[in-house]
Amino acid sequence: MTEQQIRAVVEQVLRQLQQEGKPQALPKQEASGDALPDIMAVDLRRQYLVEHPHDQAAFLAMKERTPARIGVGHAGARYRTETMLRFQADHAAAQDAVFSDVPDEFLQQMGWTAFQTTCENREEFLTRPDKGRVFSADTLQKIKAAVPAGTQVVLYVADGLSSSAVHANAANILPVILEGLRGAGLKVNDPFFVRFGRVATQDQIGEATGADVVCVLLGERPGLVTAESMSAYIAYRPTVGMAESRRTVLANIHRGGTPAVEAGAHIVDLIQLMLEKKASGTDLPI
Amino acid sequence: MRLSVKLGGHTYSFRDVREVMGKANDEKSGDRLAGVAAETPQERVAARVVLSNLTVKDICEHPAVPYEQDEVTRLILDDLNTRIYDQYKDMAIGGLRERILAAPPEELAFMRRGLSSEVIAAVCKLMSNLDLVYAAKKMRVKATCVTTIGEPGTLSARLQPNHPTDDVEGITASTLEGLTYGVGDAVIGLNPVDASTDSVKAILSRFAELKAKYDIPTQICVLAHVTTGMEAVRQGAPCDLIFQSIAGSEKGNAAFGISNAMIGEAKDLMAREGTSHGPNQLYFETGQGSELSSDAHNGWDQVTMEARCYGFARHFQPFLVNTVVGFIGPEYLYDNRQFIRAGLEDHFMGKLHGLPMGCDCCYTNHMRADQFDNENLAVLLAAAGCNYFMGVPHGDDVMLNYQSTGYHDIAAIREAMDLKPISAFEKWMEKWGFWQDGHLGPNAGDASVFL
Repeated sequence: MTEQQIRAVVEQVLRQLQQEGKPQALPKQEASGDALPDIMAVDLRRQYLVEHPHDQAAFLAMKERTPARIGVGHAGARYRTETMLRFQADHAAAQDAVFSDVPDEFLQQMGWTAFQTTCENREEFLTRPDKGRVFSADTLQKIKAAVPAGTQVVLYVADGLSSSAVHANAANILPVILEGLRGAGLKVNDPFFVRFGRVATQDQIGEATGADVVCVLLGERPGLVTAESMSAYIAYRPTVGMAESRRTVLANIHRGGTPAVEAGAHIVDLIQLMLEKKASGTDLPI
Repeated sequence: MRLSVKLGGHTYSFRDVREVMGKANDEKSGDRLAGVAAETPQERVAARVVLSNLTVKDICEHPAVPYEQDEVTRLILDDLNTRIYDQYKDMAIGGLRERILAAPPEELAFMRRGLSSEVIAAVCKLMSNLDLVYAAKKMRVKATCVTTIGEPGTLSARLQPNHPTDDVEGITASTLEGLTYGVGDAVIGLNPVDASTDSVKAILSRFAELKAKYDIPTQICVLAHVTTGMEAVRQGAPCDLIFQSIAGSEKGNAAFGISNAMIGEAKDLMAREGTSHGPNQLYFETGQGSELSSDAHNGWDQVTMEARCYGFARHFQPFLVNTVVGFIGPEYLYDNRQFIRAGLEDHFMGKLHGLPMGCDCCYTNHMRADQFDNENLAVLLAAAGCNYFMGVPHGDDVMLNYQSTGYHDIAAIREAMDLKPISAFEKWMEKWGFWQDGHLGPNAGDASVFL
């Protein structure tokens, strides 16, 4: 695809999203009229809490260059109350992203069939990486049946370490990828969802479906800056036990990093290049 | 060797030293993942009873990886003082535990020259948390690069001004603020995103400029791969310390792209071309579980493999060694209890090896832990005489996406526990109004005083 074509797809998808409306965000607690302001809405890059500074403007100019929590002041040798509570709020959001499931309503809204790895619950997913990479023979058979014969590119979403990332990005990124690839005449499956899934699920899925390229969009381990970061792991004819260096990774997909729509366009490009060069990861000349 | 025991009427039998060592560990998700953990609390205690009756010789003669197969094993065993080993070799591990708890510091400094890493791991498994604090507190280990770390009554900190895109101005902003809280006397050290030599050189140059401009008595380092660090030095970059992550087996080190010879080469290079006088010019990081993650643990538990990292490290006389205890994730250390225990174990084992041991008290967001737990570990380790911690803005590392100790935590622990920065650094802080009579001074927190 040329850059122009990509731009056209992106614009079209953005228009569609505006018209159709994105799937609803998770219900937030209703703010009543006299609610206290949301401390998570404060822009940390502009926050400055040092008392009696020598040169506030000069420091703020430097602070603009980093998301680090500086210029926070102190109470004795401890944190001020506001920054301490903000830290706790951000940590709570991060843990929520890791430890909660993508809600069934969201799966329905997206029209996804869900498949589960051999992990039985989230604790097992976190402590047994081996179980989060594979499916039972039965599940694998169902995945195979869900992907039409002759599919060249298999595209799916996995929760990984952040259900929030799936929720925040999937509806924006999938249409861009699907339109881009199908517009180029490629056969792509209707995306599905993998619960308790790690990156290497793509190896079994690649072998089972015989697709040329497998692309998984997966929630990254959250930090405090964002809990909504997603990564795309893409591999040309992945096989179980292959070297990790055969995967191409596009990380940091979120509002404050690479926006989902832009990332989607980039993924379309990458997949086309892989099909042309018959390679991925470090084997792929970019 | 007696490998079976009756406990509460039930008989427990173990196949070999390896099984005893694995099952004697306090519970860790990583040992479970490796399939070496005790099945029940009773079996764990039974393994400890067996272990307490094995001798120093029994353990030393069963290294985790055979001598012929592994250069880390060879280095650990070849470094031992044979006469000191002979004095302790018939002592049971249970007796050794009591000897360590009762011994004066001078005896511990003597004894360690005869103890292999596996022996140190074995005795660690018999120690309670307070044992680990109490014993470590007796072992002060000093090291000198530009300044000297580890003096009694001091607690130092690495200034860790990481940035998601290595923006040098953003890094500088975090660095200047950290200095005002008294962080950075151990080292000003950045984990780079871009591991190219040019990027590493640019950051080292900025650190050197800051150090010269404000006359800061400390050391600087960029935590890239040792080969990149060496290349930067060869190209003339200012560098006081070269960094490398290390593992407890030859295979584990190979996964990190290093070998004994390579670290030896870095040490020699720094002696000739480092900007510090030393003699301690290397910085190592470790952490339980890294060998299992690269399938380099040879069926052994993560405490023993971690001990072997320290056996490897001590050969090269580093200035800084710290475990990055909770960075690896819940498949190795599941929750607050496990990472606090691991932090205490690693610090104790490092100190008993004679290393100037620090700790990155930290956790990731997919562990069942939070900042309160992290503060607990830091206070326990400060009580244990830990040489240094990390200082990260508000405890949040915006590049590595994990939480560590914050600038404020360093200052608060020093004040609460009557500890000080390295003397030369303390004087520098007083001059700038960052520190006064053992407390933060009037300019603390205000980095604009530098501008």
